[in-house]
Amino acid sequence: MGIEFFILMKSEWALMLIIFILLIIKVNGTYQDNAKLLLFTNILLALNFMLGFVSNQSGMLFNSMFHTNSLIAFEKNILNFATLIISLQAYTWLKNHKHMLEYYMLLLTTLLGMFFMISSGNFLMFYLGLELSAIPLAALVNFDLDKLKSSEAAMKMVLLSAFASGIMLFGISMIYGTTGSLNFAELPALITGSHLQILTLIFIFTGFAFKLSVVPFHLWTADVYEGAPVSITAYLSVVSKAAIVFVLISTLSPLFAGLTTVWYNILFISIILTIIVGNLFAIRQQNIKRFLAFSSIAQVGFILLAISAGTALSNTAAIFFLIVYTLSNLGVFGVIALVSDETGKENIDDYKGFYKTNPALGWVIALSLFSLAGIPPTAGFFGKMFLITAGASKGSYILVGIAALNMVVSLYYYLKIVKTVFIDPNEEPIVPIKTNMYLKLSLGVCMIGIVITGFTSGLYDYIYLLFRL
Amino acid sequence: MIDSTYILLIPLLPFLSFLLIGLLGRTYFPKQCSIIGTLSLFASFVISLVVAYQYFFQIGQVNGIYQKITAFKMVWLQFSPNISIDMGILLDPISVMMLLVVTFISFMIHVYSMGYMHGDPRISVFYSFLSLFTFSMLGLVISTNIFQIYIFWELVGISSFLLIGYYYEKPSAVAASKKAFIVTRFADLGFLVGILILSFQSETLDFQTLIERLTTDTEYLNSATTASFFGFSALTWGLTLVFAGGAGKSAMLPFHIWLPDAMEGPTPVSALIHAATMVVAGVYLVARLFPVFSISAPEALNIVAYVGAFSSLFAAIIACTQTDIKRVLAYSTMSQIGFMMFALGVSGYGGEEGLGYTASMFHLFTHAMFKALLFLCAGAVIHYVHSNEMNDMGGLRKLMPVTHITFLIACLAITGIPPFSGFFSKEEILLAAYHSNKLIFAMGILTAALTAFYMFRLYFTIFWSKPFKSHQAETAHHGEAPGTMLLPLIILAFFAAITGLIRFGKYVSSDGAALISELHVDFSIAPVLIALLGIGIAYYLYKKENDTPQKLATGLSGFYKAAYGKFYIDELYLFITKGIVFNLVGRPIAWFDKNIVDGGINLSASTVGYISETIKKFQSGKVQDYAIYFFAATIGFVLLFIYLWS
Repeated sequence: MGIEFFILMKSEWALMLIIFILLIIKVNGTYQDNAKLLLFTNILLALNFMLGFVSNQSGMLFNSMFHTNSLIAFEKNILNFATLIISLQAYTWLKNHKHMLEYYMLLLTTLLGMFFMISSGNFLMFYLGLELSAIPLAALVNFDLDKLKSSEAAMKMVLLSAFASGIMLFGISMIYGTTGSLNFAELPALITGSHLQILTLIFIFTGFAFKLSVVPFHLWTADVYEGAPVSITAYLSVVSKAAIVFVLISTLSPLFAGLTTVWYNILFISIILTIIVGNLFAIRQQNIKRFLAFSSIAQVGFILLAISAGTALSNTAAIFFLIVYTLSNLGVFGVIALVSDETGKENIDDYKGFYKTNPALGWVIALSLFSLAGIPPTAGFFGKMFLITAGASKGSYILVGIAALNMVVSLYYYLKIVKTVFIDPNEEPIVPIKTNMYLKLSLGVCMIGIVITGFTSGLYDYIYLLFRL
Repeated sequence: MIDSTYILLIPLLPFLSFLLIGLLGRTYFPKQCSIIGTLSLFASFVISLVVAYQYFFQIGQVNGIYQKITAFKMVWLQFSPNISIDMGILLDPISVMMLLVVTFISFMIHVYSMGYMHGDPRISVFYSFLSLFTFSMLGLVISTNIFQIYIFWELVGISSFLLIGYYYEKPSAVAASKKAFIVTRFADLGFLVGILILSFQSETLDFQTLIERLTTDTEYLNSATTASFFGFSALTWGLTLVFAGGAGKSAMLPFHIWLPDAMEGPTPVSALIHAATMVVAGVYLVARLFPVFSISAPEALNIVAYVGAFSSLFAAIIACTQTDIKRVLAYSTMSQIGFMMFALGVSGYGGEEGLGYTASMFHLFTHAMFKALLFLCAGAVIHYVHSNEMNDMGGLRKLMPVTHITFLIACLAITGIPPFSGFFSKEEILLAAYHSNKLIFAMGILTAALTAFYMFRLYFTIFWSKPFKSHQAETAHHGEAPGTMLLPLIILAFFAAITGLIRFGKYVSSDGAALISELHVDFSIAPVLIALLGIGIAYYLYKKENDTPQKLATGLSGFYKAAYGKFYIDELYLFITKGIVFNLVGRPIAWFDKNIVDGGINLSASTVGYISETIKKFQSGKVQDYAIYFFAATIGFVLLFIYLWS
């Protein structure tokens, strides 16, 4: 134990520290001004993000329940970064919100759960992390207490999430039944491919699939995304998904190596369904949050395509894409959150003529959507290219073909929004909106990130290096 | 080492004058533009003379061999540790000679244009373009780097485009400028690919390093000659493609079609760009890379020889039938450049073998003088007659005595009558061809005879034939052109007459060592006699107006028509682009796009709509439904993977 105990768990300790600081402030009840406190909290989160770069060591704790290395530290820091951006974008919404501190406490608790989940070396630990991240999230979805839609969304999420967890827990218990262990280090040798183990794999996968909104386990997604506050929708679509992808990368191929054919085939079907259905639904959405929900479902299908190859290079592609996806998605969400907070408008048609009144924000939407659609030379193009190359390395040309076709479809609907924003006339366009410093900072970071990651290969090389360490 | 700073002035002066005239001239000093341009060119010319004197008589020669001197060099763009694009000045016999030719002819043209373009409202634009062209051409000839030459090559192309289209209100001029630009762009594409091949093989863009690596026995040469593609080595392909670029600028077959149309530009422009300087850039390029052609890729050099010889004969035949005075001269230019090309093509490297190389450069030099002179004379005639058609002229020898005499000197020079300049260079070319390739020699002799014929056909028709009658010309001018136009004529005529006496081989040879070429009197007799025969026929047919030429043309009607129609090459290209590319390829693709692709897209769009309408029903919004679907999907996977798949 000793100092190692603190260093290896530094990300978790830091989050807990922030949560407790906020809790003490809340309990004291002495603060007057939301704005100052928001500045303080954002500084804490920024420090937390910077901490993620220093003294990353490999090691295990609690009888290999908890393990970490530089890749995991990097993954956690991606989540830290995304949370920071989301927090910056929530400023408009939170500056007059009376439960501002609860928002941060709940949000950081879910993040803590995800950290434990990513670092877990044992299915028990993993399950604890999963639940720790799921339950506060349901509360966050219902954060606007006066909105009926939010309550409905939270209800759906809690119920279905419990349902999915139940099935997953069933799968985990069967793992213990067939192998006598829950330890990630011991499991690969024990999972040999009996029918019961296939059953466990399917049950555990459905749990992941629910969180990732993989078709056909995605049905909750649109309702919840629409009902939740925009900030939480962004969190669900970026942070929550990224965490599960990280876990999937570190469990699926290493633990179930004995069942490679099975999980590959499961992924095969899921990817095809996910990409196609996600795209088909995205086309017909009127609400911009629902639209992003479905388009992000399709994006997850692309990430799974890389994961299905199961090599270091393909995993690199997946993580690289996740970063690009984070930057691009948060770019759009930042604008949507602002518009929603200031005007309450959330329909795609409301955005007609948006460029005329808000040119800078219009460009942010355009660049982000270009990146999501994978148009060169934005980062999204390279992200998609790496994913498709990774998929092709496995030799699954059917998948690659379907993915490529769907890229064209997604191009259509992303560009349709760009057209709406830039070209379509509108009698009553959204009024010019004043942005604040926080939003400008967050959008600036996203846009610069989209351009720079598109033009330099350093990030990709770095992730690949982490995988080979 | 020469102090390089003042050599830089040679290209920079015209460039500065371009900026000055182009940016300010039109508004602030429209009247003085021509003087500024001319003075800057005069300064450039004087510096070139100094440089040439220093190079040839003071510093150029080391142990009897002329060295390649890099007088100035800066790295412009570093691609990789090995490959960079440099900008610099390379002095060697041919670049110094070209400096002289370009500045001298350009200076003459500047002077001449003061008279010819007098009163033109856009004269400042004209002079700024002229300066731009001169700058680009000078940059081209002093290039140290193959990419530098490419950059200036394109600049030259642009200024040529601008000048051909100078009379932009004339649709034919606009069309001609577009044609010239597009045709040469096609050829330049080959040039660029060639540069890429060469630089890939030799890992450098620098001329001297490239030539050294590809002519001596190095790994670069080995890999370049062993890598084979369609039966030729990579090196041969690279050089052939580079030559394609040269053929485009130099109007060799099959890229020659732009040159006759380019005569739509003002006549001084034709004289400068499309007779004396730019069109020989292709020859210069081949000469620049000559060691590589000659030592490492003789196949590519053979291509150069045959393209040159064939273009030369082909153009001479066409020239015999044209009636537009400038077009005759244009085809004659093409024919003479063909001479230079095949002279390079038949040449070997070093010593006596290198006679063709020296002869080619010599001919380039003399040709620049007499061809510029011919065009300027033609310009003077056109200026007076207000027509390009030979049939509108005749009997001008009394009215324009100076033009008459200078034109005659130029004709004698191009025909190769001793002691005029063309005789010496042409004799060397024919001699080189005689020793190396008899077929090409025969084509050369035939072309020489045709040259004599069409040049004197032109001469007799303009200055003798029927007496001149005109309604408007005499009221406008009386006889001779103004002094600014006559002075260049006289100077050029002087040089066209005497430059042949320079012992050219002493200064310019393939390997830098002096080449002493004797005058072979016994050999020269045949070409001179043949030229005299050509002149005699022209005299018989065109001295007095008569109907023999017409009868002859009717007798040879098929061939005459074909030649008059320039062997229908233009129509062939038109057929290929319109008939084949547009109709056979473009139309079906357009149809396919309109009906199949668009239809397919519409069909898929409606299918997508239908499917999404159907699966929308799953999205009911009821949480119990979602749970059911969730559960059903899990069970579905279980069934599929435990019972069916395994």
